[in-house]
Amino acid sequence: MLKFLLRRLATILPTLFFVSILIFGLQQLLPGDPAIALAGEERDPETIRYLREKFHLDEPLPMRYWYWASGVLRGDLGDSVRIQKPVTELILEKLPVTIQLATMAMLIALIIGITAGVVSAVKKGTWWDYGANVFALWGLSTPNFWLGILLILLFAVQLGWLPASGYVSPFEDLKANLSAMIMPAFVLGNAIAAVLMRHTRSAMLQVLSSDYVRTARAKGLDERVVVLKHALRNALIPIITLGALEFGTLLSGAVLTEQVFSIPGFGKLIVDAVFNRDYSVVQGVVLFTATVYIVLNLLADLAYFLVNPRMRVQ
Amino acid sequence: MKIVFASALVAVSFATQAQTLRVGLAEDPDVLDPSMARTFVGRIVFAGLCDKLFDLDEKLNVVPQLATSYEWSKDNKSLIVKLRNGVTFHDGEKFDAQAVKYNLERHKDMKGSNRRGELAVVSSVDAVDASTVRINLAAPFAPLLAVLTDRAGMMVSPKAAEAAGDKFGARPVCSGPFKFVERVAQDRIVLERFPNYWNKGQIHFDRIVYQPIVDATVRLANLRSGQLDFIERMAPSDVPQLRNDSRFKIAKIVEIGYQGITINVGKSDIAQKNPLGKDARVREAFELSLDRDAIVKVAMEGEAQPGNQWVAPSNQYYGKSAPIPKRNVQRARQLLKEAGVPNPSFTLMTPTTSDAQRIAQIVQAMAKDAGFDIKIQSTEFATSLNLADKGQFEAYVLAWSGRADPDGNLHTMLACKGPTNYAGYCKDDVEALINESRTSLDPARRAAAYDKIAQAVAKDRPIVYLYHRNWLWAHNAKLSGLRTVPDGMVRVQGLKMN
Repeated sequence: MLKFLLRRLATILPTLFFVSILIFGLQQLLPGDPAIALAGEERDPETIRYLREKFHLDEPLPMRYWYWASGVLRGDLGDSVRIQKPVTELILEKLPVTIQLATMAMLIALIIGITAGVVSAVKKGTWWDYGANVFALWGLSTPNFWLGILLILLFAVQLGWLPASGYVSPFEDLKANLSAMIMPAFVLGNAIAAVLMRHTRSAMLQVLSSDYVRTARAKGLDERVVVLKHALRNALIPIITLGALEFGTLLSGAVLTEQVFSIPGFGKLIVDAVFNRDYSVVQGVVLFTATVYIVLNLLADLAYFLVNPRMRVQ
Repeated sequence: MKIVFASALVAVSFATQAQTLRVGLAEDPDVLDPSMARTFVGRIVFAGLCDKLFDLDEKLNVVPQLATSYEWSKDNKSLIVKLRNGVTFHDGEKFDAQAVKYNLERHKDMKGSNRRGELAVVSSVDAVDASTVRINLAAPFAPLLAVLTDRAGMMVSPKAAEAAGDKFGARPVCSGPFKFVERVAQDRIVLERFPNYWNKGQIHFDRIVYQPIVDATVRLANLRSGQLDFIERMAPSDVPQLRNDSRFKIAKIVEIGYQGITINVGKSDIAQKNPLGKDARVREAFELSLDRDAIVKVAMEGEAQPGNQWVAPSNQYYGKSAPIPKRNVQRARQLLKEAGVPNPSFTLMTPTTSDAQRIAQIVQAMAKDAGFDIKIQSTEFATSLNLADKGQFEAYVLAWSGRADPDGNLHTMLACKGPTNYAGYCKDDVEALINESRTSLDPARRAAAYDKIAQAVAKDRPIVYLYHRNWLWAHNAKLSGLRTVPDGMVRVQGLKMN
């Protein structure tokens, strides 16, 4: 296992290097002069000149990459020009918010998705199965922002049960935090629940028709034990991979949900930064997200060891 | 007894809550440093945080704020300002003539300052005595007072500014009615009452929380669910729905800015390559094909005032000799025929905001009646600005948030070297008139100059002005004391929750 881990870790460094070049390169492809975007309505030529100089915009690309990459290696992601805050500070401020949102959304997605997937596989061809499929189709075809606004109008404006938007730290007021996060988490988790349901269903159907499950049944084991202990455990392997990939999607997919619910997380941070050409923020946040994504995939690989004994033997 | 106690608790907690004013903003403000700031929405926060030398009233008159009076020198090249005594900054530092000198010099000299252009004409500042300051100008400059009613007139604590350097905006220290508490980017800006404010009798809230909520529907939902007391820039389409709800009130004011279509008449070679940029008759035909009333009705649900100049028709400096032309498709067709291009084609660059998109579509349909073939090119805002700056466009839907003095809506766009002269317009006679309008302090002479500029611009059409939006504010009906000043700022003095 250690060898495997080391091998995987060794691939991470070159991946991150290429990712950093890609992030930097793509950013330069963005049309529009950041100095003009940042100079305000007045666009004073002197200010534009100053901004160009400050961000080395007149220097060649490799030099600009070097300024940025050497800063990153020292742990300095630069400052946001727009609000004069260090990018690292902004990331640390926003990260817990998006992690909480993504974790709650994933939890909701897992509970709904796996339960619906198992039920639909076990009760294949019944109304349960059709119902779960309709749910999956609905989840996949409902746009986040539409569902978000609809839920706000119902639960905040009409019923007054939940706040319409905003964020309260769980350390300040846990109840207020949960009531502010439940709607966005549901909206975000909804689409992923649908994907998970479809995958769980097909994986379960495959496993349920395999020989060892038949053997388990022939041994007279309780159906519940067969399904949950023998079948589901094996069916979970592709679901874990998917879950890890979807978690990365969640971090970036939170963009729309955070915008609709005015949650000050990563999504909002990056959208505003892109539109305002706040280069340091865009580069810092994307690099960070890419790193998280890569690490999550590594964790998913490690999780295989825990659920699949055959891999431990190999 | 328990019931009485519980009721008292409820009353106390209600009173505590009622002392916080929660304001929903349409965007997240940029840096909170008056020298560096550049967004409209940032100015709304500054209205609670930083007092200025002068302010505006509902009729756009300049009134003193940190100043008490002013006087121009005989040659009109110096403005002598008397300052209010007993004013302190939020850090306890004294506000005096030295502080004013420091601030104006900071606005002018600080690297990256966005106030440099507004104060370019200021040559030096003298602290005459503790409460008198003399602002010396390179040439007479009529818009100076109006400039000092905005960020260029905002005073920050010199001590705090020196200590924080270019990080001042992260923890601003001013002398306004509320002081800075915290900012969570994209979530909230919290201010609390400054107990030593010079005009504290006018302040009735303990805290203000500004929350940026970009989506107009969600902003309104927050107001309706009671999470906000006030929202700025509600969507015109939401007005009828909210008007029937007695719990809320709507306030509207015609803005000092404008919405228009800038035409490339000389910014780059493109101007000479298409009939719209090349031939004034084609531009006249284009304007005659438009029905501004219909544009306002459809694009803005009637929540704007049609206009054809850089100031609204209700403004004292509106050029009355150049009234809004009526739609005349027949005449437009005839003009195109005379120009030898019965079916001219051009590309209309449009930012991706819904207002601009709607305008472009309506304009496209209207101009088609006269024979125009308009292609709409939707372009992300920062990109569109860059293209405009390089002159890579034929026509561009562009709004301006407006300045209190008409010069702020005119000079930067239509003076030969104006930094945002995207049209590339430069005419000697108009340039001379613009200079006259800014150097003369006599309102009658200025009005006469603007009238002549309006006539020239109406003929050349580097910008086809369309309308002036209404600032639409919605608030809790219990909120009173709201002042509707056309600059769209939410002044907190006098605001009260009944």
